[in-house]
Amino acid sequence: MGTSHLPMKNLLRRPGRTAALVLLTALLAASVFGGSVVVGSLRSGLESLQARLGADIIVMPAEAESKVSFKNMLLQGTTGAFYMDASVLDEVRAAQGVEIAAPQTFLASLKADCCAIKVQIIGIDPDADFTVKPWIDESYSQDLGDMEVAVGCNVTAGVGETLKIYEQYTHVVAKLAETGTGLDTAVYCNMDTMKKLLAAAEAKGVSHKITSGSDVISAVYVKVKDGADVGRVNNWLNGHIRKVTAVRARSMFTDVSDSLAGISRAAWALIGAVWALALVILLVTFAMMIHERRREFAVLRLLGVSRRGLRGEILMETALCGLAGALVGVGVAALGVFPFTTLIETKLGLPYLTPAVGALLKLAGGTILATLLVELLAGTWAAARLSRTDPGTTLREGA
Amino acid sequence: MLHAENLSMRYFRKTGQANHFHAVKDVSLALRPGEVALLTGRSGSGKTTLLHMLAGLLTPTEGRVRLDDTDLYALPDAALSRLRNAKLGVIPQGRSAVDTLTVLENVLLPQQLRGEKGDAKGALRWLEALGIANLRDARPAELSGGELRRMAIARALAGNPEVVLADEPTGDLDDENTAAVLSLLRKAAVEEGKTVLLVTHDSEALPYGDRIYRMESGALSAQSEE
Repeated sequence: MGTSHLPMKNLLRRPGRTAALVLLTALLAASVFGGSVVVGSLRSGLESLQARLGADIIVMPAEAESKVSFKNMLLQGTTGAFYMDASVLDEVRAAQGVEIAAPQTFLASLKADCCAIKVQIIGIDPDADFTVKPWIDESYSQDLGDMEVAVGCNVTAGVGETLKIYEQYTHVVAKLAETGTGLDTAVYCNMDTMKKLLAAAEAKGVSHKITSGSDVISAVYVKVKDGADVGRVNNWLNGHIRKVTAVRARSMFTDVSDSLAGISRAAWALIGAVWALALVILLVTFAMMIHERRREFAVLRLLGVSRRGLRGEILMETALCGLAGALVGVGVAALGVFPFTTLIETKLGLPYLTPAVGALLKLAGGTILATLLVELLAGTWAAARLSRTDPGTTLREGA
Repeated sequence: MLHAENLSMRYFRKTGQANHFHAVKDVSLALRPGEVALLTGRSGSGKTTLLHMLAGLLTPTEGRVRLDDTDLYALPDAALSRLRNAKLGVIPQGRSAVDTLTVLENVLLPQQLRGEKGDAKGALRWLEALGIANLRDARPAELSGGELRRMAIARALAGNPEVVLADEPTGDLDDENTAAVLSLLRKAAVEEGKTVLLVTHDSEALPYGDRIYRMESGALSAQSEE
C-alpha cells in the first residue's frame, strides 16, 4: 500500500510541530557534535604538543621555572628567555642512557622599534634537533640558512616576507602547520642566526643575563635509549650537572592531562545529561503526538493501512525529523565552535587543535547516525504503543 | 454478501461487580448486495461495536465475519487491511479526516493507499453530488461537521467498495443534505449493486432501507423487511 507520500505531507503541513521536533533533535546533535569537537580538539592539542616535544627529559637552567613558566611558553606562547652555558649540552650527552640531546636557545623579541612583532624566537641545531626539525621538514625541505626563519602558523608574516628582529632582517622561508599550542606563535631559526640575534639584542640594551663571549643555550631536549629508565637518567642529570633542572616531559604535562581529563569528563557528563533529558523529552513528545493523532492513525487503519504500514509511516516521519534535526544541530554546533577556536583556546589555557577534516566528517556522520538511532528508538516505542490499540476502540472514543 | 455469524463482543473490566461488559451478544445477520440495511437502536445498544466488527476493525470475542467466502478475522493483518481498502467503504462516526490533506486528497486517499494515482475526476463527481466540490482544496480544519461527514461519504464511495458501512452518516446534516446522502447511498446499492449498512437514529432513513435491524442491549431484537 502506498503511504510514502504521507510522512512528508504531514511534516510540511504541520510546520509548528515539525519545527519543535527538529529543534529538539538539533539540540541533541549540537550537544554531542560541539562537545566532541571541543574535547577532541583538546586531545589533539595535547597529542600534538607531546609529539612536537617528543622528548623524554628537558634540561633547563635551575632558575628557569621561577623566571618564566616553561609550560606556559609551550602552551600559550608566553615569551621568555633563560640561559645556561652551552657546555651543559656535552655533559648531558655524556650521561649514561642518553641517546640524543638537542639544544634550543630562546629569545623574546619586543614589540617596539626594534622588532616587527613580539614573539618567542627559538634557535635549534638542525643536525641534532628531533623535536622542531621534523615539524619544519613538513613545510620546508631544506635546512634553515643564515638569517632564515620558519614561523608558526599564528605569526603574522608570510613566506617571502622579511621580519625585523632587533634591527636584524630575517627572511621567512616557511610557515609551519598548526599545533594548537604556543609553538604556533614562535619563530624558529638555526643557532648561527640565533647568535646574531642575541648579540643584536644585547646591543639594543636588552638584558638577558647573557655572559658575553660565551655560547649559551636555554634548554636541552633529551631522548633516552631504548630500555633505559627515564627516571634514573633524569635523577642522574639532576644529581651530576650543576645549576640545571632536569624535568621529565611527561610530568610537565601531567596537570595539563589532568585538566583535559577533567574537562572531558565534565563535557561527556553534560552531553550524557542532555541526551538523557532529550531522550525523555522525545519519548514524552512522541507519546503526546501519537495520542493527539491516534484518531488520524485509526482512520488510516480504517482506510486499509496495515499495522506494519502505519509503523513505517511513523518511523519515516521520525527519520525525516531526525535527519533534519541532526543536520541542523551539526551545522549550528559547527558555526558555534569553529569560528571561536582561538577564544576557546585562550579561555581554557590548554593546547587546542581542531581535528582534521576527515576526522570531523566521521564525527559529524557518527553524530547524525546516533541522533537518528535515538529518534527512531523513540518512534519505535511510540509506534509499538499505537499498534496495541484497536482502531475500532479509538474511533469510538473520539466520536 | 457480508455475514455476521454469532458475533459477540465482551469488554473485560478490571474493577466493578461484573468482570466484563457484553457489548454485542450472539448477533447473526446477512447483508446482501443491492440492498440497504438499517441498524437502529438506542445509544449504547452495541450498533457501532457491531459495525466495527463487520468492518474488520474490532476482533470479536466470539463468532466470525465472512465476506463471501473469506473469514475476515482469519486473515493476517496485512491481508485484512488490503481487503478493507479494496472492498469495504467505512464511514465512521465523528471526524475522520486526515488533517494534513485537502478534501480532494482525503477522498483520493483509499485509492492512493492501494498504489493507484487516484481518479480525481471520479472523486470530484462524488464531491459535486454531495455539494462540497467547491471545498476540494480546503483543509479539514476549515470544514463544518456536516461538510466533514459528506467528505467521509465521498471518500467511502470514491474507493468503489463492494460494501458500504456507515455509522450515523446523516448525524450532522440538515434535512436537505440528509435526503441527498440517503438517496445517494440507496442509489449505490440499487444501481451499482453495493451492499449498504446504515447505523442510524434518524427516522428519515427508514424509507431508504430494504431491511431494518433493531438492537437492544447488544442483541438483535427485531428484523423487518420494508
